[in-house]
Amino acid sequence: METTRLIMVAVGGQGNLLASKVLGEAALISGVPVRMSEIHGMAQRGGVVESAIVFGDATSSIISDSEADILLGFEPAETLRALNRCSKDTKVITNTATLPPFTVSIGKGVYPEVENIKELLKEKCASLVAIDAMKLAKEAGSPMSVNIVLLGALVQSGSLGFTKENVIEAIKRRTKKAFLDKNLKAFELGYEAAQNYGN
Amino acid sequence: MHKLLNDSPGEEIMLLGNEAIARGAIEAGVAFATTYPGTPSSEISLNLFQMSQESDLYFEYSTNEKVALEVAAAAANSGLRTFCMMKHVGLNVAADPLMTLAYVGVTGGMVILTADDPFMFSSQNEQDNRYYAKFGNLPMLEPSSVPEAKEMMKYAFDLSEELNQPVLLRTTTRINHSNAFVTFGDMKSRQTKGKFIREPLRCVTVPAVARQLHAKLLEKMNKAKGISETSRFNPVEGSGKFGIIANGVSFYYAMDAVKDLGIEEDTKILRLGFSNPMPEKLIKDFVKDCEKVIVIEEGEPFMEEAVKAFAQEAGITIPISGKSEALFSRLYEYDPAMVREKIAAYFGIEYTPKEKLSSDNVPEIPMRPPNLCSGCSHRATFYEVKQAAKDMDIICPTDIGCYTLGFLPPLNMGDFVICMGSSVSTSCGFGQATDQKVVSFIGDSTFFHSGITGLVNAVFNNHNFTLVILENDITAMTGHQPHPGVDMERFGLDGFGRVNIEDLVRTLGVEHVSIVKPFKVRKSIETIREALEYKGVSVIISREPCALYAKSMKLLKPRAFKVSDRCVNHRDCINSIACPSFYLEDGKVKIDADTCVGCAVCAQICPENAITPLKK
Repeated sequence: METTRLIMVAVGGQGNLLASKVLGEAALISGVPVRMSEIHGMAQRGGVVESAIVFGDATSSIISDSEADILLGFEPAETLRALNRCSKDTKVITNTATLPPFTVSIGKGVYPEVENIKELLKEKCASLVAIDAMKLAKEAGSPMSVNIVLLGALVQSGSLGFTKENVIEAIKRRTKKAFLDKNLKAFELGYEAAQNYGN
Repeated sequence: MHKLLNDSPGEEIMLLGNEAIARGAIEAGVAFATTYPGTPSSEISLNLFQMSQESDLYFEYSTNEKVALEVAAAAANSGLRTFCMMKHVGLNVAADPLMTLAYVGVTGGMVILTADDPFMFSSQNEQDNRYYAKFGNLPMLEPSSVPEAKEMMKYAFDLSEELNQPVLLRTTTRINHSNAFVTFGDMKSRQTKGKFIREPLRCVTVPAVARQLHAKLLEKMNKAKGISETSRFNPVEGSGKFGIIANGVSFYYAMDAVKDLGIEEDTKILRLGFSNPMPEKLIKDFVKDCEKVIVIEEGEPFMEEAVKAFAQEAGITIPISGKSEALFSRLYEYDPAMVREKIAAYFGIEYTPKEKLSSDNVPEIPMRPPNLCSGCSHRATFYEVKQAAKDMDIICPTDIGCYTLGFLPPLNMGDFVICMGSSVSTSCGFGQATDQKVVSFIGDSTFFHSGITGLVNAVFNNHNFTLVILENDITAMTGHQPHPGVDMERFGLDGFGRVNIEDLVRTLGVEHVSIVKPFKVRKSIETIREALEYKGVSVIISREPCALYAKSMKLLKPRAFKVSDRCVNHRDCINSIACPSFYLEDGKVKIDADTCVGCAVCAQICPENAITPLKK
C-alpha cells in the first residue's frame, strides 16, 4: 500500500490529539496500516502540538522535514510555521481563524496577514484549502468542534484512501456521545466547505 | 472497566506506546507497581493507577524514584512480579539502589523501565540510559515499535525470573508517545501476596557478602549473554554486502530507507532489541560477511563501540562507522530522511533528497512558547516576589515543574535549575558564596521528592535564603498525579495518609514560616517582604490549587473579568503578569472571557481599577 504522510499542527487545546484518534480508528475500520507520533509535553500550556500520522506500508512513525504529503493546520500561523515540513507536492488544508500567540499581545511579534499566509501556502505548495473552521464549528453548535470540521475538509481531499462513511463511524466510536450530533454536523460542514472551496 | 483490563485476547486496538506497555505488564500478571511520574513515561503509571482501583493490582505513586525502586525491590524479593517505571533522569535518583539491587537480584520478575528523551522534548538533558545497563550489569531490552513494547514487557518478566535479575526496559519518547494497532494477548493471573525468605548471604550486602554477589552477578550476565545470542529480539533480516546494525526507532527508519533506496538485495540488517549484554557471537558473524557496516543509534555510540571491539577481537578489518562528522550525531533524535541520506552516503547509493521549499517572502512568525495557564497561581506568586524584592539584588534558584516557566519574561523568576530538588540545596550554596539575596521556588510535589533533605541541610548549616513552596495540591506538570500532601478523598479514594507541608517545615526547625494566598496581592507582597528581610532560613508557603486541576475537578467556578472604559492603556497588566487571557484589539487590552478564571490578580494591580468582573 502506498504511504501517505500527514502532519497536523495545532495550538494546545484545539483537539488535534482527538482528531488523530479518530483518524487512527478510521484507519482501523478501513484496514489501512497506520502509525502516529505526537508531541504533547507542554500541550496544556498553550504551546504548539504536532501529530505525525503515517498511513500505508512505511514502518516509521515520524515524518521528516519536506516529506509531508498533507499538512493540516488548525491555526493559520502554525500552518505557515510548518512550511518546512512541506514540499512543492504537499497538499495544504488550513483553518483561517487565528489564535494569536501571547507574544503578539505583549508586542514581541507581529501576526502575519491571513491573506498573505494563504497566498504563500498556495504559491509554494501543490494545493490549498483554507476554511474558517471556527465559524463552521459554531454553526454546527460548538466551538470545540473545530477539529472535526477540519477532519471533514481533510477527508474531502480524498488523499487518505478511506471513505467518508468510515470516518463518520470512527467519529461515532471515538468522540463523546453528548457531542455526537454537533460533531457529525461539523464534519459535514467541513466536508462541504472543502468541496466548495475555490468554486 | 478500564480498556486495558479487557480479557479479550485477539482484540486489535489503537494504543499509545505507554498504554501498550501498561497492557504488557498486565498480560504478564504484574502484581506490584511503583513510580514517580515523569514525561515521557507518565501515561504508563496513570493507566496502572486507574487499573489498580478496579483490580487487585497494587500501585503506588512513591515520593521519588529512589523510594519507588526500593519499595519495588522488596516486593520483587517477596516473589511478586513487580514493575517500577520512571523517566531517564529519574533513574539517576534511583541509581543508588539500582547498582546494588543488581547484586542482590530478585525472586519475582522485576522490570525497571527508563523512558529516555532524545531531543529533550520535556527534559533537562538527553542522557543515554543504556549505559546504566552496562554500568550496573542489568539485562536490557529496547523496543522498536509500540506493539513490540507490549511483547517485550511480557518477555522481560520471564527473563527476569530466568536470571533472578531485574531487567531494564529502555524506551525513547517516540515509543512512549506513538500510537499503533496492538493485539491483546492472554492475561496471566496475578499473584498479589508473596513471602520473603530470609537469605542473609544474598540480601545483606556487607562487604564479605557483596564480594560473593559481584562474582555471581557476572555469572548471571554471562548466562544472559547466551540468551541474547539467540534472542528473537535480535533478528537479522536480509543478506548482502552492506551491513546495518540498528536499535529502537532507528531500526524502522533504516528499514524504510533500505526500501526507498532500492538496496534490499544488497543489505542485511541486525537489530539489537536485547542489547545488554550484547550478543558477541551474533555480531561477529554478522559483521564478518559484510563489506561495510553502519551502526544507527540515537544518543551515544553504545552499540558502535561494542561492535568495533568485537570486530577487532575477531580480526575483522572492514569499515564500521556510526557517529562521525560525516554520518550520525550524538545530538537529538533521528528521522527517516536523515537515516536515508546517511545510509545512501555511506554505501555510495545515489539519492536526491526532497527539495526544501524556499523561505523567500515568508514573514517572521511570532513565537508560541508554552506559558503558565490563565489563572495560574504561580504567576501571582512570581509577581509578588518580584515586587517584594524590587530593590534587592536577587538570585532565584528554581526547580522542575510548570513553575520553571517563570524564568520567561516578563516574570523572569528563575536563574538556576539542574534537577529535582536542586532549588533548595543550590540556595544554600548561593547564599553562602555570595552577598546576594537568594529566593528560590519549589513545587509541593518536588519538595516531597527531594527538597526536604536540602531544607534540613539549610537548617543545620544555618544558611540564609527564602524558599517559596508553591503548594498547588497536585503534581501539575506531568498531568495531575497525587503527591503526599494531596487530600486523596478528592479523588474519591480512601485509605491514604496526608503530610502537611507547613507542619513538616516547622518540624524541620525552620523558624520563619509564613503562608500566603497568592490571589491576595497586596497582603502577599507584605508577607513576602517580611520573609525576605529575615536573616536565616525562611519559608513561604504559597497556597492555591492548580487552576487547570481546580477547573477539571469543578473546585472552581470561573468568573471572568473585563477591561472597562476606565482603562488608559498603560498596560501594566500585560507587561507585568502576561496572563494568556489578555489580547489586544485595536490597540486596547481585552480579556478573553472563555479562558479567564477570575483570579483577579490583574484587577488588583491595575492603577485605574479598570478591570472588573463581567456581569452575569
